[in-house]
Amino acid sequence: MVTPNPAFASELAAYGGENAKMCFQCGTCTASCPSGRETAFRTRKLVRMAQLGLREEMISSEDLWQCTTCYACQERCPRGVQIVDVVIAIRNIAVASGKIYANHKKTGENLLKYGHTVSINDKVKAQRAELGLPEVPPTVLANEKAKADLDIILKATGFDKLIG
Amino acid sequence: MAKYAFFLGCIAPLRYPGIEKSTRVVCEKLGIELVDLTDASCCPAPGVIKAFDKKTWLAAAARNLALAEKKGLDIITICNGCYGSLFDAAYELHEDKALLADVNKILAKIGMEYKGTTKVRHFAEVLYNEVGIEAIKSKITKPLEYEVAAFYGCHFLKPSKIKQLDDPENPHILDDLIEATGAKSMPRKQRTMCCGAGGGLRAGFPNTAMKFTKTNLENIKESGAKYIIDVCPFCHLQFDLGQKDLGFSFPVLHLSQLYGIAMGMDAKELGLSAHQTPVKL
Repeated sequence: MVTPNPAFASELAAYGGENAKMCFQCGTCTASCPSGRETAFRTRKLVRMAQLGLREEMISSEDLWQCTTCYACQERCPRGVQIVDVVIAIRNIAVASGKIYANHKKTGENLLKYGHTVSINDKVKAQRAELGLPEVPPTVLANEKAKADLDIILKATGFDKLIG
Repeated sequence: MAKYAFFLGCIAPLRYPGIEKSTRVVCEKLGIELVDLTDASCCPAPGVIKAFDKKTWLAAAARNLALAEKKGLDIITICNGCYGSLFDAAYELHEDKALLADVNKILAKIGMEYKGTTKVRHFAEVLYNEVGIEAIKSKITKPLEYEVAAFYGCHFLKPSKIKQLDDPENPHILDDLIEATGAKSMPRKQRTMCCGAGGGLRAGFPNTAMKFTKTNLENIKESGAKYIIDVCPFCHLQFDLGQKDLGFSFPVLHLSQLYGIAMGMDAKELGLSAHQTPVKL
């Protein structure tokens, strides 16, 4: 037996996953999902759990993180459910509850540190120079004021605390 | 001359600078002027940063969009991830004025405002829709006889409801762009399947990501293709780094690099030394 939690609908809606309620459980999403072929992740099941508000089960399961956001499911959904948005919404809820994998956290730390999700290193600097490109790409990496502005934004949204 | 704000993203400039270089050279040859967005950051990545905190994703994306808007330019991207992120953010902010107002409260802290006018374009789509296949053909100096696999990736065409570029189940844009060089795009099974890298899967569950890659590589092998042509540096990385452990050795080229070759760029300028799977031309 599961105990539905209708209050979850408003939390899901606040994160942009509201139209999960349109799903009538046909399973086209699961049949289209390349992750579902390789893992226990079942898209239809996740959307059903979202409808029932099984918050803890969803945010504690690694199934939530098997989606590559490829949109194969969403393209074929006969009910027009924005399934990727639903997955993103539940992931936001998970992360806000402190559920984040170490390797994902690292990507977030890179954004805070470099303003990019990957680091810069001497090898790529040399390759860039060889190509006649500036060693450091012309982005926040070479622009202190712009990086400071980005930092202000990441602080204003609380991302520094969320990841840090 | 068409003019765009050139959005570099992360993986191209920091892992495969040859993609950046080839794009600069090819655009010049095609009469497209690229203006560097010297204040830009990560898009930010749709499958991870957006998945962690949508508010952060939207605010940082809006900052990038506002930088281009200030220059009066539309954005051109060379990455499906950047394209997906910035296009989706621009769409949401254009459609939802209340959301735009919320984001502008955050941008105000750095003295910026986004009015909601920036259009976001993908390099491949600009070439197809703005330059056109015939004009591209006129610039080809070295016709290629390669048999290749066109790898669309996901966020180039999808979600198709808002992108509206091509049929997401049976697309032709990239095949046409490839064949403009004389190369042959080989038909294959599951050709719109994901490479496996996105959504944080490569970072979080690399073994699962590699299973996607393996399925794609098997389909590519069966098709008779000898090269993989992508329009996304993250797909590019997933195939270039991943295939060695899987026993494959397909040279991987971004569309800009393929065009670079067909337009007579010197092999040294293509940045092939950054590739883990050797590329013999």
